[in-house]
Amino acid sequence: MRRHLVLRVTTKLLMPFILLFALYVQFHGDFGPGGGFQAGVIFGAGFILYALVYGVENARQVAPDPVIRVIIAAGLLLYVGVGFAGLFLGGKFLDYNVLASDPVSGQHLGILLVEFGVGTTVAATMITIFFTFAGRGQDGS
Amino acid sequence: MDVPGLFNYWIVIVLMMTGFYVVISRGNLIKKIVGLNIFQTSVFILYISMGKIIGGTAPIVAPGVTVYSNPLPHVLILTAIVVGVATTALGLALIVRIKEAFGTVEESEILQQRDDDA
Amino acid sequence: MARQEGGRVIEIVVDIVLLSFLAVMAVGILRLHNLFAVVMLSGIYSLISASLFVTMDAVDVAFTEAAVGGGISTVLMLGTLALTTDRENLRVADLQILPLIVVLITGAALIYGTLDMPSYGDPQAPVHQHVADRYIAEGPTATGVPNIVTAVLASYRGYDTMGELTVIFTAGIGVMLLLGAGTRRRKG
Repeated sequence: MRRHLVLRVTTKLLMPFILLFALYVQFHGDFGPGGGFQAGVIFGAGFILYALVYGVENARQVAPDPVIRVIIAAGLLLYVGVGFAGLFLGGKFLDYNVLASDPVSGQHLGILLVEFGVGTTVAATMITIFFTFAGRGQDGS
Repeated sequence: MDVPGLFNYWIVIVLMMTGFYVVISRGNLIKKIVGLNIFQTSVFILYISMGKIIGGTAPIVAPGVTVYSNPLPHVLILTAIVVGVATTALGLALIVRIKEAFGTVEESEILQQRDDDA
Repeated sequence: MARQEGGRVIEIVVDIVLLSFLAVMAVGILRLHNLFAVVMLSGIYSLISASLFVTMDAVDVAFTEAAVGGGISTVLMLGTLALTTDRENLRVADLQILPLIVVLITGAALIYGTLDMPSYGDPQAPVHQHVADRYIAEGPTATGVPNIVTAVLASYRGYDTMGELTVIFTAGIGVMLLLGAGTRRRKG
């Protein structure tokens, strides 16, 4: 992909918009179509596009493997953590009513946090899966 | 018989059986995964067809709208799609390892090699 | 009123056309032997099914299917083709009659099963008589989230979603273990 100038420039231009759109889908998912799963996939797709055009090694510098691995676990832990937070604040597991002073804002906060956990894990998993596949081709045969 | 009313289900069955046929009749492992994906998508379409209400709209609350399609199948399928891609990735990873170990992704050739080794 | 009727007819025509496209794609995938073409067709298949989901009011699902089926899984399959092969070696001996018989019998049985299913879009279908009304009626007010799909996904069915997330997590770990940089190949 070294010589495809148009692809390289367009990718660089598109990257911020793809990532911003992913964040919009993540945090606007309560009010329109979208949510953690979609946002995570779009965020991952942004990194995959970058890796396709600029090479996996360059993309790995932006998203190093150890960091991505921590993020995969962190998203799931955030989800389970919200569940336990409800437990410790006197409700049931994954009961968001007790998270804030009144049930409705508690529910909203819980949904926001849980969706964020979903988004981070999905994005990091998609990035990892692609990097592992693409990395195999380079150091392998 | 209510033909337009059942057309969705019939196409779902055609797709499902095509996917099933690809999985059981083709020896190429990558094609089997594609067949599995066709099968999977047919199940998604079955669920979403059942959730549709004629004259309804997408289940996002808006003023002036009274009829919404059933949101429950949407929730189930939304998560199923992402889980589907994760399991597809796992299957493809296994295929890559099989290719490295046996030098082929054709089922018959893999079985033959195993018999030769035995 | 006439205008609404016309809208419904168009909705059904679009539905039927898209479904027929899907069936044609599936047959194309079955018959092609160039795996590169098969993977591209399966990407198109996903995009068409995403548009079908939009006509069936499942906007969230369509969004996911377009991003996942059209994007990520096509890229992953192309990556696999690059690491393996893009030709399918089909032998005549592989084309047995038994799979065809199994598929035809199963399909006939399933078609028989659809004959007493509720008609497409019927508001009186059993699937709409259970919890859906409650989700629609009290979901937005109880959670403060107008998108009912998000409310059900994260709150009412939070346990399900946690399980699904665990599956994705495990699949990611599995791919890393199978193909990750830590694995050294023994056979050169």
